Amino acid sequence: MVTLGLSPADWLIIAVYFTFILGIGVYLKRFTKSQEDFFIAGRKNSSWVAGLAFLSANLGALELLGMTGNTFKYGMYVAHFYWIGAIPAMVFLGLYMMPFYYSSRIHSVPGYLRLRFDEKTRVLNAVAFAGMTLLVSGINLYAMALVLHTFVGWNWDVSMWISAATVAVYVTLSGLLSAIFTEIIQFFLIWFGLFLVSALGIVEIGGVKEVFARIPPSFAALWSTSGDPTQNGMVITWAGIVLGLGFVLSFGYWTTDFLVVQRAFSARDLRAARMTPIIASFFKMAVPFLVIMAGLVALALALDPKSGFALLRDGGQINYDSALPLLIRRYYPPGLIGLGVTALLAGFMAGQAGNVSAFNTVWTYDIYRALINPKASDDLLLWMGRVATVVGIILSVGTAYWAKSFPSIMDYMQAIFSWVNAPLFATMLLGMFVVWISPNGAFWGLLAGMGSSFFLFLAVKFQWINPASITLSPVASDMAVNFWRAWWAWLICFVVTIFVSFFTRKRPREELVGLVKGLTAGKSMGAVPFMKTPEFYGIVSIIVLIVLNIYFW
Amino acid sequence: MKSIWYFVGLLLITMGSIIFISGLYSLVHPPADAKILSHLHPDLWWGLFMLVFGLVFALLNRGKVVR
Repeated sequence: MVTLGLSPADWLIIAVYFTFILGIGVYLKRFTKSQEDFFIAGRKNSSWVAGLAFLSANLGALELLGMTGNTFKYGMYVAHFYWIGAIPAMVFLGLYMMPFYYSSRIHSVPGYLRLRFDEKTRVLNAVAFAGMTLLVSGINLYAMALVLHTFVGWNWDVSMWISAATVAVYVTLSGLLSAIFTEIIQFFLIWFGLFLVSALGIVEIGGVKEVFARIPPSFAALWSTSGDPTQNGMVITWAGIVLGLGFVLSFGYWTTDFLVVQRAFSARDLRAARMTPIIASFFKMAVPFLVIMAGLVALALALDPKSGFALLRDGGQINYDSALPLLIRRYYPPGLIGLGVTALLAGFMAGQAGNVSAFNTVWTYDIYRALINPKASDDLLLWMGRVATVVGIILSVGTAYWAKSFPSIMDYMQAIFSWVNAPLFATMLLGMFVVWISPNGAFWGLLAGMGSSFFLFLAVKFQWINPASITLSPVASDMAVNFWRAWWAWLICFVVTIFVSFFTRKRPREELVGLVKGLTAGKSMGAVPFMKTPEFYGIVSIIVLIVLNIYFW
Repeated sequence: MKSIWYFVGLLLITMGSIIFISGLYSLVHPPADAKILSHLHPDLWWGLFMLVFGLVFALLNRGKVVR
């Protein structure tokens, strides 16, 4: 164990954070009077509030630690997760998909599947999403306890139960509203808490150019080595990045994962909802300064024997996730250590709150009301949402203990996303843009996509097939296999959905008005100048993305 | 309801003050196990920056009521 060593100032900062978020939960309870307030924050948020929450719901501590560690392992290629692996999908969501989501006044993504297709497709996705959310929430909790135990020396059980109880209290009090408030606080804490890690690293090494000069060339480029998988740290080709990450995984996550999309549903009008992911895209492009640069600094220091910097080892294996905490320990004096630890804590707890608030909505609307009590009153739904929050937290804690006794469950995290989100994107894409896709086509396509992704995961894991047959290249990293598996799952869902739709009953066109492109009149936003439209900001976002990719080519 | 930006301001004021004061204390009583680049006193100026940033946020949004 390598503890960071907390001073009274650090403890005080952590105490301030806990007091603040509990206080906010109590304060917001008086504004949470209906199920609409609890589940979608009353649909009254500005695009800035919804946009930062949209980004923060994804910016958990597990991501911060993991991506910094991945940069140490794979180099600059990890930036693809933040650029091509996010921005086009976020802009596409804002410009093309949000009008269907928002205008249909649904409470959840499975709710759209009910309107567009049928009940069984909704329930299939709702059950898969609820299971995935609880699993991710539990693993998040487990990872938090592990990090706090390893680097701060806190008791595993105590840190997990205290943070879980805190999240349970403030989400039960005011639902999505308090989850969004804490996500915005998390956004600022992460930037203020971790910015100095990269900044001081750059100062110590002697500038950004010097950081890049000290790392192997294969770790310093973004695209120029993607023609040959043996020439880059991620052992992947450009096709795997573009098809697997840039298209399927990215669009699957950012456009269909209810955890993030729910934040846009809380926006006060259609324009604010469309701007939500586009505003988030600008901040998403800046996150690599925190995680990629910190990972590169850690790598540059580790390659210099005189620096005295080395990652931890667990049983002979390098612990890549230790990069960020070790940099905090290297540079941060008392007070700032408390801020850094609070930033990680906030990331973990906001991630937990995000998962639970998405779970309670899907459970209440898409499972409880759809299957158990279709005539539930508003008050009953509100009560059920609060109960689902507490039950969700308890199940997450149970999952965390399971993860503790079965550590390889952490490996399954990336795989889980490709089981649920990758095929769902094919269903959504066809559902929103092709009128003749039938309910049975969607259901069987989704089932085939989820099933094939799961099968490919098992087949590679237990060596039933050679990974090269999936990745179409003789060598591939685990990450490359993940990307390609997502692509095949998407393709199978896409093809099966179309094939089954040819032979099964379609829904009448008049029932699909407002749900499918071509049957939906464009909604006028009044006389808004082009420079204030989501289209303008979407174009600017894509231009910035292109410039970044060329600069770091 | 008060704006979320107001609460963000209050939190940054509180945390920035603690870090700034802690930085002042370290300036007067340098710790035995000095961190790398500690001569730059990052706690001092970063705490001050947070404090000023928080003050601006809190003051700009003090009277704002949303919803």
